[in-house]
Amino acid sequence: MFWQLLVNGLVTGSVIAIAAVGVSLVYGILHLVNFAYGDVIAFGALVAYGCNGPLGLGMVLSALIAMAATAALSVGLDLVLWRPLRARRAGFMSLFLASIGLALVLRQSLLLAAGPQPRSYRVDPYRVYVLGSVRLSQAQLITIATAAVAIMVIGVFLARTTLGQVMRALADDRALAAIAGVDVGRVITYTWILSGLLAGVAGVLAGLVESSFDPNFGFHLLLPIFAAVVLGGIGSAYGALAGGLVLGIAMELSTWTSLFGGVDPVYKPVVAFVVLAAALMVRPQGLFGRARVV
Amino acid sequence: MNALASGGFWAFVGVVAGIYTIFSLGLQLQFGFAGLLNFGQVAFMAIGAYAMAILVVKEGWSTWIAAPLAVVAAAVAGVLLGLPSLRLRADYFAIVTIAFSEIVRYVATNENALTGGSQGTIALGKVGEAAQYNAQWTRFQSWVQGRLHLTSKDAAMLAIVWTVALVLLTLVWLAVRTPWGRVLRAIREDEDAAASLGKNVLSYKLQALALGAALAGVAGLFYAWQFFFFSPDDFQPLLTFFAWMIVILGGLGRIWAVPVGAAIFGFLFAGTRFLDFRPLSSLDSADRAYVRLIVIGLVIIGLVVLRPQGILGKRDEMVLE
Repeated sequence: MFWQLLVNGLVTGSVIAIAAVGVSLVYGILHLVNFAYGDVIAFGALVAYGCNGPLGLGMVLSALIAMAATAALSVGLDLVLWRPLRARRAGFMSLFLASIGLALVLRQSLLLAAGPQPRSYRVDPYRVYVLGSVRLSQAQLITIATAAVAIMVIGVFLARTTLGQVMRALADDRALAAIAGVDVGRVITYTWILSGLLAGVAGVLAGLVESSFDPNFGFHLLLPIFAAVVLGGIGSAYGALAGGLVLGIAMELSTWTSLFGGVDPVYKPVVAFVVLAAALMVRPQGLFGRARVV
Repeated sequence: MNALASGGFWAFVGVVAGIYTIFSLGLQLQFGFAGLLNFGQVAFMAIGAYAMAILVVKEGWSTWIAAPLAVVAAAVAGVLLGLPSLRLRADYFAIVTIAFSEIVRYVATNENALTGGSQGTIALGKVGEAAQYNAQWTRFQSWVQGRLHLTSKDAAMLAIVWTVALVLLTLVWLAVRTPWGRVLRAIREDEDAAASLGKNVLSYKLQALALGAALAGVAGLFYAWQFFFFSPDDFQPLLTFFAWMIVILGGLGRIWAVPVGAAIFGFLFAGTRFLDFRPLSSLDSADRAYVRLIVIGLVIIGLVVLRPQGILGKRDEMVLE
């Protein structure tokens, strides 16, 4: 039971972690709490469904097309909305509210275009892999493998590549990075591309794991994602990764019946916030945040 | 049939605007005066509505005792939320409040024994019995209708909601003109400066949060009475965003801007239901609901971009940052 829940937690947690990095990068560099991210995720999941279902393409190809689509959408939105707002020097509140308006527009447009009915990818729900006492569905196995690769790629990208280092420098101190010769505009575009790619991956993986999804599902994912971002320390990409995994595992393990009888599974999202609240009591700046920014 | 010419339609728009005026007034106090980024306002509305319905149906209490207690419950919830979370940085606080509102909704959805679960208030009573919490209220409404010689119950509701709204608007308007209100604004502008003058910042913020929550509780009562029935789905975070739109549309830090914003919102929200010309007439009612929310989303974005101080707001006092 324990190992099964731990593995389930890794599956949930890695999806949250991937999306949380996407939110965190944008926050760090643009100071934008992107409330529309859940709906970009849903957009990715639906594009992949369109390729996988009606068009009959393979799952991998569908996922790649979805990633390209979410990245294009993110860059497009930067051009028409975020760049003009930056030019007007819009502050935190304006950006947050604009993202709420954008979230409404995106979600309702998806509902209008695709309809509210639930959908599933063409994967075999009955193929199960057994590892000791742990049973994994094909979707879960794909998710764990993809997430592991994605998390490693993100980690290496941020730590070792020039662009990753520049992004972290920009998140750390924008003025200093600009003085050091960083082309801020270009890095912002790359940030949106990366954040969009991650939304695409997270959308497809979440759609696989949840077995069926509708255009609203991105919004339901958004709160655990925000919890992970805050838990890790807003703006810290590594923190977001860790926060996502910690929350995913905490959410699943909370239902373990040997642990004080366990929590009713319907309260899993609530557990995420109880963990967050408890952590913030001890470290108000988040796990990886620095005290000076509080 | 031309919906815009019917009195019933305008009464409905008016009642919606009145309820949202009270609801958003709480947010105006919290954000427009104390600078609190409360994104969980809908939770207090839910607590007010549910506390009243539960006390009336399950405990058999009089509506006139249950209703004030429900407002107190909403205020207490505000204090309980604020005590741990107001110490956080503003952006963290925003996320914690929205999480709080979702937690309240999860609890309402899943604690069937307490709230009737996802079926809503109809399941509050015994099995196989459709629960009603508004018998006393309906009698009061009919009494008002008789005394004022009004033609419909909707008109009576309109009169009651706006009377309460105007009283509350006046009270808050008077309150923010006192030294207490000036301290709130000082905190909004510079917390450290207010603290250095010996003001207990946390206590003032808690008061603003709790008072705003109580106002949302009052709005919850009217919401419950207007629609005879409600379920957890009626308290989506969307309602909080509507309140934000109203407050910003009207003007930040301006009490009398709230009813203006709410009236525009009420027309936008209820009025677009009746838009019946091409190309909208080719859509079914579900699709029109999506279009309506797309319009509201675009209005929010447009306001942020074009007029961050709102319609009646003063640029020198407060602009969205």
